[in-house]
Amino acid sequence: MEQPPPIRFELRAGAVTAIPLAVAVGLFGVSFGVLSATSGGMGALPAVVMSVTTFAGSAQFAAASILTAGGQPMAAIAAALLLNARYIPIGISVARFLTGGPARRFAKAQLVVDESWAIAAGGDGHFEQGRLLGAGIVLWLAWVSGTMIGVIGGEALGDPAALGLDAAFPALFLALLVSQLQSRPAIGAALLGAAIAVVLTPFTPPGVPIIAAAGAALIGLARR
Amino acid sequence: MSEIWIVVAVIGLGTMAIKGSGPVLLGGRPLPSRLTGVVALLAPALLAALVATTALGDGQQIVANARLIGLGAAVVALILRAPVLVVVLAAAIAAAIARLIGIG
Repeated sequence: MEQPPPIRFELRAGAVTAIPLAVAVGLFGVSFGVLSATSGGMGALPAVVMSVTTFAGSAQFAAASILTAGGQPMAAIAAALLLNARYIPIGISVARFLTGGPARRFAKAQLVVDESWAIAAGGDGHFEQGRLLGAGIVLWLAWVSGTMIGVIGGEALGDPAALGLDAAFPALFLALLVSQLQSRPAIGAALLGAAIAVVLTPFTPPGVPIIAAAGAALIGLARR
Repeated sequence: MSEIWIVVAVIGLGTMAIKGSGPVLLGGRPLPSRLTGVVALLAPALLAALVATTALGDGQQIVANARLIGLGAAVVALILRAPVLVVVLAAAIAAAIARLIGIG
């Protein structure tokens, strides 16, 4: 049996691989900070605390956009947690490669994001723990520092609509969506989800149409 | 104000629990494949709903305004394979220009 490389080497390899992605994640964090700190957003300190504790871009933007639109807190919470539901299967996929007792495994699992997971994937279902942690730490630092820079810059800015910042939300979600459209069922779920949301908008409080759109994922049951 | 902190706390703790659940509870056992199929479609369904509501929604109304011009600019930027930040900036700048010249 081959001796696995030492974890320090894998940590560094993961961190180095993550640097170009960390630049993008940091800039993404800046935009989250700017949108949160400008008028109607959740505010500077909640945005930074959310980046530190939640560390999941699309969920944070979803919560921020629902709060900005005047939606109920429950709607923001439900949408964010449903978006993060993908971390259940992702967490399971890396579970047997994380060492240590339950507390250590729990802590290490917090560094799993889409990008660190992809960097750690070694093909045929194998994941390199050191790479996952190295990449996760770099990406987390980029996300949190980007958010801090964004809230500082965002508080200096004025009306978000005049700056076109309200158009930034759909553009951002579209960019995130495009990377998800890799199969026919995914495209079907996206079209159905958008249709559900538009149809329900006149009849329900803001945020509810987004949660209802999660029902479109049930088409995943039909094709087996 | 305090409502926002509840949202931040619940999303933070909930996400930690979601991320930690597999490694702590399940070990190496996989999810049933039917459930995996549904979970995999949650992100595209929700993100598409977010595109639609943030582009067209205004409270409980559907309105077409400068945001759609911004979204068009984002589509062009995505077709040109621009990075996410450029896509977002293109949308914001296009919408701001549209408003400046009195569209939407």
